[in-house]
Amino acid sequence: MPGLGSAQRWAAAAGRWGCRLLALLLLVPGPGSASEITFELPDNAKQCFYEDITQGTKCTLEFQVITGGHYDVDCRLEDPDGNVLYKEMKKQYDSFTFTASKNGTYKFCFSNEFSTFTHKTVYFDFQVGEDPPLFPSENRVSALTQMESACVSIHEALKSVIDYQTHFRLREAQGRSRAEDLNTRVAYWSVGEALILLVVSIGQVFLLKSFFSDKRTTTTRVGS
Amino acid sequence: MAAKQGVRVVGPRPGTGLGRVVRALVLLLCFAARGGALYFHIGETEKKCFIEEIPDETMVIGNYRTQLYDKQREEYQPATPGLGMFVEVKDPEDKVILARQYGSEGRFTFTSHTPGEHQICLHSNSTKFSLFAGGMLRVHLDIQVGEHANDYAEIAAKDKLSELQLRVRQLVEQVEQIQKEQNYQRWREERFRQTSESTNQRVLWWSILQTLILVAIGVWQMRHLKSFFEAKKLV
Repeated sequence: MPGLGSAQRWAAAAGRWGCRLLALLLLVPGPGSASEITFELPDNAKQCFYEDITQGTKCTLEFQVITGGHYDVDCRLEDPDGNVLYKEMKKQYDSFTFTASKNGTYKFCFSNEFSTFTHKTVYFDFQVGEDPPLFPSENRVSALTQMESACVSIHEALKSVIDYQTHFRLREAQGRSRAEDLNTRVAYWSVGEALILLVVSIGQVFLLKSFFSDKRTTTTRVGS
Repeated sequence: MAAKQGVRVVGPRPGTGLGRVVRALVLLLCFAARGGALYFHIGETEKKCFIEEIPDETMVIGNYRTQLYDKQREEYQPATPGLGMFVEVKDPEDKVILARQYGSEGRFTFTSHTPGEHQICLHSNSTKFSLFAGGMLRVHLDIQVGEHANDYAEIAAKDKLSELQLRVRQLVEQVEQIQKEQNYQRWREERFRQTSESTNQRVLWWSILQTLILVAIGVWQMRHLKSFFEAKKLV
């Protein structure tokens, strides 16, 4: 219960907060970030994303093609000096983890240049460093209590559940897009084929009739 | 219990004066330190669209920051205040739920009312072509969905939660998000099933119809030709 000495306690706490703040900003690399983006990549187009990463940060790039054509895309990841860290052509899904070897701007590009008329929808998840802690004072000296560490492990487990759900949703979206595609194609094809059938069969009959009704001489020759 | 509370004495209690100020300052500096989010380049009249497939009643918060290429200094500088971005959000039925212009730095929020694919489109409002000077606009973008959009420090301050309570609150929010996603998954699976069954029906009806058409056409062709040849006295 904060009764006597609460003022002293706040002053001490403020001092501690100040020190922790300094430590957080100067010694510890900044809290990480995760960007999950789904975007449309038109045909013959290339889309690049950039991110400034500090040295020693562990990063993960995961991408998946959701709709379009053969569900594949070219992906390329370069470090600040232009060295290619990861390059794959016509991949449907992949995951790549790397540790940043130098500070600078890392660039990754998705290319649909090999396709002439299909738009692709691409999802990617670029995780830089660890997730920001719930409390800025996460670097505290005292250990977590049992309850708190249980909460942390449940949190991590739920994060992986959400991750699996995302991947499941993307695969389902892919399957559903193929099914809807198929449905439309069946509809168009059946109407088209009905028309072609009618046109061809009626045309056949009239063409055949025309062979026999043009010249009278031909008829008599056949007759005799 | 007392021992656990003894461990908690270390920091200031959230919600009280100095603690709140220091916490706000820390958050501000933390945000500044990680201000370098993912960025991409956008042309002057180019429209960039992003898709978010989300269940209903989910909050989405987007933060963006623009920088313009300064030819003299040959680097990217924060864009002039006059250069803004027009943000347009469409729901799965293509109805516009947010269409607003923001400045060179902005934050947009919307909550989905129908589950499905929402489209977030950004384009710059620049009409003066000289402003871009042939360069590109650099846009830093960060989109947070659902539970990630929650600001836990604010929740802790508002409801005066202890650390453990805040962690449990975070778990509750995560589980709610999982539940919503699973409900949405059920809805989507039903749609998928309907599409598949519709395809199945169409293929079935089409094959029956095709057979009937073929037989009818064949019969008509033969009868027509027979009467034609009989008229021509060939048969």
